[in-house]
Amino acid sequence: MWAFINKLRSPKWFYAISAKLQPLFWVAATLLLGVGTIWGLVFAPEDYQQGNSFRIIYVHVPAAFLAQSIFVSMAVSGLVFMVWKIKVADMAATVMAPLGAAMTFVALFSGAVWGVPTWGTWWMWDARLTSMLILLFLYLGVIALRGAFSSRDSGSRAASVLAMVGVINIPIIKYSVDWWYTLHQPATFTITGRAAMTMDMWAPLLIMVLGFYCFFIALTLMRTRSEILRREANKHWVRELAEETN
Amino acid sequence: MAFSSLNEFFAMGGHAVYVWAAWGVTALLMLVIVWHARQERRQLLNVVKRRVRRENAQRNAQPSHAQPLQEPVTSAQKDVRHDA
Repeated sequence: MWAFINKLRSPKWFYAISAKLQPLFWVAATLLLGVGTIWGLVFAPEDYQQGNSFRIIYVHVPAAFLAQSIFVSMAVSGLVFMVWKIKVADMAATVMAPLGAAMTFVALFSGAVWGVPTWGTWWMWDARLTSMLILLFLYLGVIALRGAFSSRDSGSRAASVLAMVGVINIPIIKYSVDWWYTLHQPATFTITGRAAMTMDMWAPLLIMVLGFYCFFIALTLMRTRSEILRREANKHWVRELAEETN
Repeated sequence: MAFSSLNEFFAMGGHAVYVWAAWGVTALLMLVIVWHARQERRQLLNVVKRRVRRENAQRNAQPSHAQPLQEPVTSAQKDVRHDA
């Protein structure tokens, strides 16, 4: 365990291992998103109540999942950085924030667009929608806070603390549909619960969700590597490596 | 297949605006994200390479008491801050 944590301390080790993992996740993401898109848009049957507008679910639900998962990952990375002073964890947290914000935006936007034909309104100040909007502001807050300090270390610590405190919003988002009266329907997608959806609608959704997760992992590996290049540009091994790479 | 023709597919049973807006924005954003990540990597590698090249040239020019020159700040480096 300690050996593993000590390895994680070394950006050089991470740079090497992520080079091997990254292509796997890009390939998986491309395949899953390709199959999921065609299946979801073309082959899944239309909903008997919502018609074809239900196909928005295939981008809305995966984006909303990622929006929340990325925030939790960011908070965990922040914790690891604060406790063990592992720089790579902080670099990962740095690159996760913009993607998380983008996914939150996608969830909100696709939800609003879906709301028009389904609820007759694009926005309502109900618990689920409001807590997702707060999530977007939390992401923007983390990004802004990180950049607000002249010393990188202070920015990293402030961003980590905000991520760890802000993670309280995640259970609120999750249970908002059960705790309060809301326009938003309760969870349609569960790993086991196929009851809420027929198999031919559920399968492409599962594929899209997995595809979005692979995309997140691949992009985080890629951009953490860039962040290592940015921050460790003066290290000897980075120079040697830059000379080798074309 | 849920549609019998290509036109029917694009029309989405009258929900074309909603379906294509949601999917379009998502796809576009994800493509931009990937494009940005590639640019970022390329640019950062170039910055390191250029710096190495310059320092090597300098070392060769004046073999004794060579001091590394101050780098001009490029856009990729703007965010480079030093650890406190």
